[in-house]
Amino acid sequence: MDTTTQHNDAAPPLTPTGPGAHKRATRGATRPGDRIFLGLSRGSGILLLVIMAAIAVFLTYRAALAINKDDGNFLTTFEWNTGLLPPQFGIAVLAFGTVVSSIVAMALAVPVAVGIALFLTHYAPRKLSGPIAYVIDLLAAVPSIVYGLWGALVLVPHLNGLYGWLDDYFGWTGILSWQGGAPRSLLTVGILLAIMILPIITNVSREVFRQVPQMHEEAALALGATRWEVIRMSVLPFGRSGVISASMLGLGRALGETMAVATVLSPTFDIKASLLDPGGGTFAQNIASKFNEATEFGQDALIASGLVLFVITLLVNGAARMIINRRKEYSGANA
Amino acid sequence: MAKRIDVSGLTAYYGSHKAIEDISMTVEPRSVTAFIGPSGCGKSTFLRTLNRMHEVTPGGRVEGKVMLDSEDLYGAGVDPVSVRREVGMVFQRPNPFPTMSIFDNVAAGLRLNGNYKKSQLNDIVEKSLKGANLWNEVKDRLNKPGSGLSGGQQQRLCIARAIAVEPKVLLMDEPCSALDPISTLAIEDLIGELKERFTIVIVTHNMQQAARVSDRTAFFNLAAVGQPGRLIEIDDTERIFSNPSVQATEDYISGRFG
Repeated sequence: MDTTTQHNDAAPPLTPTGPGAHKRATRGATRPGDRIFLGLSRGSGILLLVIMAAIAVFLTYRAALAINKDDGNFLTTFEWNTGLLPPQFGIAVLAFGTVVSSIVAMALAVPVAVGIALFLTHYAPRKLSGPIAYVIDLLAAVPSIVYGLWGALVLVPHLNGLYGWLDDYFGWTGILSWQGGAPRSLLTVGILLAIMILPIITNVSREVFRQVPQMHEEAALALGATRWEVIRMSVLPFGRSGVISASMLGLGRALGETMAVATVLSPTFDIKASLLDPGGGTFAQNIASKFNEATEFGQDALIASGLVLFVITLLVNGAARMIINRRKEYSGANA
Repeated sequence: MAKRIDVSGLTAYYGSHKAIEDISMTVEPRSVTAFIGPSGCGKSTFLRTLNRMHEVTPGGRVEGKVMLDSEDLYGAGVDPVSVRREVGMVFQRPNPFPTMSIFDNVAAGLRLNGNYKKSQLNDIVEKSLKGANLWNEVKDRLNKPGSGLSGGQQQRLCIARAIAVEPKVLLMDEPCSALDPISTLAIEDLIGELKERFTIVIVTHNMQQAARVSDRTAFFNLAAVGQPGRLIEIDDTERIFSNPSVQATEDYISGRFG
């Protein structure tokens, strides 16, 4: 084996000096192809870090400018009055609306997506699963403004029945009572977001379920497991971390979704007791609807809210990673 | 408890490809029968028809008859799931459920079959692990994942899992091919003990193993690549290895096989 694969600075003694000899002695590391590829891949890695750092610095700097002048408490104020002197604004309503609509979206989308993925991988005949998977891919390709328009023009006018039903049977809970306002509420946003994040969760889950080793499924089958029991004993445990990752991808999209939310919601700056009451807002929707007409200070305030969204997303991802890691010793496929 | 297997005229297909053709044999209860033969001759396929695992493969189907005592496994209205609860299987590569503890692995089949009290489960798991000669090695870590065991231990865990549900027949598909010689010996000893209680059928590529563990040996072969595998002969193991009645068997056993 050639041992001269270290870098040139550690030039061994007893070798003739001069550029040519040097080059030959370190041939392994200096082939042009290797060098170019090393540069490209290292450069891409560094570029990513630089971009992330730049975004973080930009957000923090502009956010700090705004938050310092905020007369209200930035985290708890129910107002967004950046034009006042002194200005009063806070993210309480936006954080609530963002988190609640995303929770609704996840609660609706994850079970359905896992169900579709299981159907495609374990129940559907092959002739059927191909076309269905294709249609789901198409769903992912629809631009979010189209979802927004569909939500506003089709979904909203058709939700009165559902709202009435929820009010009849679950109105007593308070969070599902309905005063009869237009269904432009956080629940509607959640339903729309659920449809939008369904494809990505379905696709990633399907890939994970497809990779379940045959031998794990046969282990369950040989014990006399029914198809559902095979899924419960082998497929779901194996796919668990993958489904969590898939859900996080969907959640990331739900948290940051802008146009669809802005089209469907009738935004107000207060927190309603019921999910069915129109009003509320989300970070992205608030930024999109206010940014164009905002003064520079107003923009800083909106950027501050964007920073909070950024932090929420980081926390959610961190939590997901913890869940995935917690049972790591159980997750290894055996050697 | 152990039951007799009676196969007649069994042919198995993968789609339009005929994998094995016209196999008939009888496997006596409380005996070990070894299947030997070159790769691709259909031993494993035939084994998998005995608990209806063959039809799990897309396109897999079977013609012919498999009787377990008086029950026709392929009879109309027979649920393959209930067949597999009577005919257990151990696979080539150890496949404990990776997300389950050792205890849960052994209890998995019991939990499928019905409601057991915690104390009953404890008893059966202990008995099964003892039956698989694994109890002493794992009794202090029953709640640890099964995938943390060595390969040989994992395979014995799989055997414990299979025998916990008291099957009538135990099928083993090259159970030692992924194991080292010492683990292999442990499994072979175990097979000798298990045949007191179960009817055992084992596929193996190791002819010494077949000679060591089995009472009867079946030799499978195929005429040419692409042709279906056939049962050449089945006889007492001693006879197969000393004085087989078919020349091809002798050629295979003595290593003179093309």
